[in-house]
Amino acid sequence: MTALPPFQTVLDEHSAAVMAILRGAVGRDGADDCFQETFLAALRAYPKLEDAGNLRGWLLTIAHRKAIDHHRARGRAPVPVAEVREVATEDGIPEHDPGLWAAVGALPPKQRAAVALRYGSDLPHAEIAAALGCSPAAARRSLHEGLKRLRKELA
Amino acid sequence: MTTATKRPTELTAIDDFRMRAATEGLLDVAYTTADSPFGPLLLARTERGLVRVGLPNQDADELLADLAERVSPRVLEAPAELDEVRREFDLYFAGNLDHFDLPLDWRLSSGFRQRVLRAINRIPYGQTRSYTEMARKAGNERAVRAAGTACGSNPIPLVVPCHRVLRTGGALGGYGGGLPMKEALLELEGVLDAKGSA
Repeated sequence: MTALPPFQTVLDEHSAAVMAILRGAVGRDGADDCFQETFLAALRAYPKLEDAGNLRGWLLTIAHRKAIDHHRARGRAPVPVAEVREVATEDGIPEHDPGLWAAVGALPPKQRAAVALRYGSDLPHAEIAAALGCSPAAARRSLHEGLKRLRKELA
Repeated sequence: MTTATKRPTELTAIDDFRMRAATEGLLDVAYTTADSPFGPLLLARTERGLVRVGLPNQDADELLADLAERVSPRVLEAPAELDEVRREFDLYFAGNLDHFDLPLDWRLSSGFRQRVLRAINRIPYGQTRSYTEMARKAGNERAVRAAGTACGSNPIPLVVPCHRVLRTGGALGGYGGGLPMKEALLELEGVLDAKGSA
């Protein structure tokens, strides 16, 4: 068992990844709330966490659940976007393509999370699997199914 | 402790999270760093009071890991929670405070060591005592060496003024923050003149 580092370290090291996946999963507007809910839930549970070996996966699992809660609360409505700007993004992720992210938002939860983690957070399959609590093969399958459906919807 | 590189929106979300964590009573250990004439100090508190003061020559990351292990892993940087502590330190270093009026959390010391530290905590500003005297006050006059060790392990230096404890005869003894710092503190309090003699 690894000793738990100060929670501040967890926040410093993983807040960017959590924010990225939440932006992908619920859009800019909902991401701040989900971010707070994610870290509050993590902070509450932290002292009882038994294994500090995969903190990132643990956090992303919580973030994933908070994103699902968010979509449920909103009746899975597509993310409203007030103004669509044609702007290039630093990291090449098309954050301002509302059609694409709305389609991602409408995917079944596992597929949505897999797509967001892969393309929003740039995680490898093993980490996506850890975040979703499934095997790498299952993560790969969810990602594949999600992409297939997106291609069909956006074609 | 590398928040400077974060993007503004993320920082706002982190600030909001920190505030909500405080409101919900989840900040088991709040810490910040504060400037001092000797370099940055690490200040950490629990809901009971000030629990740890890290001197400039001590490794802040190690101290935080130690707090995570011995107090609670819910350790978060939260400067606002330490405003009053920082204010008193500023006054002290400016020579305008002769008594820290802060609640203390003693849990990082125990037994004889804690009794020594509590005795040290009653030494008034600008006065000194000997290690022997502290050992006696803690209930074992012969445990002078142990009293020295207790000073050396003081989790709340400056506030619990172990810099006011000298060897019998007036030699400086030791100090966790280095002897020059001990000397400078005694000068600040008017115990030593600038040549370093009592």
